[in-house]
Amino acid sequence: MNFLDSYIYYIGAFGLILIGLYIILVKHNLIKVIVGLGILDTGVNLFLISVGYITKGTAPIFSRSGIDSEYMVDPVPQALVLTAIVIGVAVLALALSLAIRLYQHYGTLNLRKIREQKW
Amino acid sequence: MIVFVSFLVVLMLVGAVAASVFRDLISAVITAALVSLIASILFYFLQAPDVAMAEASIGAALTAAIFIIAIRRTKRYEE
Amino acid sequence: MRRIISILLLVIIAFGISLSLAKIPFGVPKTKVGRHYINEGVKETGATNIVTSVVVSYRGFDTLGEVTVLFIAAIGLGAVLTTGVKGEMRKVQPASLVLYTGCRLLFPLILVFGTYIFIHGHLTPGGGFQGGAIIASGFLLIYLGCRERRISRVASNLAESLGGLTFVVIGLLGLAFGGYFLLNFLPKGTANALLSAGIIPIIYIAIGFKVGSELAGIIDNLIEES
Repeated sequence: MNFLDSYIYYIGAFGLILIGLYIILVKHNLIKVIVGLGILDTGVNLFLISVGYITKGTAPIFSRSGIDSEYMVDPVPQALVLTAIVIGVAVLALALSLAIRLYQHYGTLNLRKIREQKW
Repeated sequence: MIVFVSFLVVLMLVGAVAASVFRDLISAVITAALVSLIASILFYFLQAPDVAMAEASIGAALTAAIFIIAIRRTKRYEE
Repeated sequence: MRRIISILLLVIIAFGISLSLAKIPFGVPKTKVGRHYINEGVKETGATNIVTSVVVSYRGFDTLGEVTVLFIAAIGLGAVLTTGVKGEMRKVQPASLVLYTGCRLLFPLILVFGTYIFIHGHLTPGGGFQGGAIIASGFLLIYLGCRERRISRVASNLAESLGGLTFVVIGLLGLAFGGYFLLNFLPKGTANALLSAGIIPIIYIAIGFKVGSELAGIIDNLIEES
C-alpha cells in the first residue's frame, strides 16, 4: 500500500506513454496513428506535473494575504506543461489537415496501400 | 482517497487500450477524449488548477471536435 | 512479425524507464528555482498567481515562441486545405427552432465567461490560453447549432494580428524603457487588485484574443468544403 501510494501517478503516466507508442508503431490507419499521438502527448504532460508535486502541498496562488507559503508545489513544471498542451493541439490540427489532403489525393487512408503505390 | 485515485488511473488505462481496439473511428476519438478528461481530474488532485482548466477545455473539447470534423471529410470505418 | 518486434521493443523501453523511475522519489522538493519564485514572486512582479508570473514575466520569451508556433500551425492549415477550386457547399438541413434559439442565447454568456477568465489571469487560476479556448468553444457552438452562419474572415484576421502585434510591441517598449525585452515598466500596484502587476494583464488580454480567434479560424477552415 505504501508503494502504491507513492507511485500510482507514475504508473498511470507511464502506461499512457507505452499505449500511445504501441498505437503509433502497429496500427495502419492514419487517423488512428494521430489519436495515438494525442494519447502520448497527454501521458508526457501527466508525468511532468507529477514530478513537481510536493506531499501535503497546495496550489501556488496567494488568494488572500497571509497564506503560509511553506508548502506550495513547484510552479515551474506547471508553466511548461501549459505551453506543451497548446502546442500539442496545434500539431494535431496540422496533422489532420495533411491527412485530409492525402485522402483527397489517394482515395484511401491505409498506410500500406499508400506505400505500395509508386507515384 | 488513494482508492479513488487508483480507480481513476485504472479507468484511464482501460480507456486508452479501448481507443486502440475500436474499429469505428468516432468511438476511438470519444474514448481518447475520456482519457483527456480523466487526466484533467488527476491534474486537479496534483494541485495544478491552471493546467486542469487548460487540459479540460483544449484536450477534451476542442481536440475531439477537430477530429470529428476531419473524420467527416474522410472515411469513418478503419479497413 | 511487425507486432512481435514492436512489443519486444516496448518491453525493453518499459524496463529501462522503470529502472530510472525508481530513482525519482515522489513528493520531495527537487529544485531551488521554484522556492525562489514562490518567495519573491509577489514582490518582484506583483501578480498573486505564481504560475502566471512564471509564464508571462520570468519565462515570457518561451510564451512568445509558443504564440509563434500556434500562428504557423494555423497558417499552414489554411494553406494546405485551400485548393482554389470552388466546389459546392454540402447541403445541410437547417436546425430546429429550439436548438437555434438555445445556441443564440448561450453564445454571449460563453463569451463573457471566457473574457472574465483571461482578464483575471493574474489573480485566480486561468489566463490567456484557457480563456481563448473557451471563446473558441463558443464559436464552435454557433457552427453546430445555427448552421448557416459563419464568422467574418476580416474580423477574425484583424483580432489575431492585433493580438500578436500588441505582444511584440509591449516587449519592444520594455527594451526602449530599460534594460531588456519584456521589462515590466508599468507600476506594480497593490496585490490582489485588478489593475496591478504591470504589463501582465495587458499581455494576457492580447494572448486571449489571439488564441481565441486562431482556434475559431482553424475550425472555420476545416468545416468549409472547397
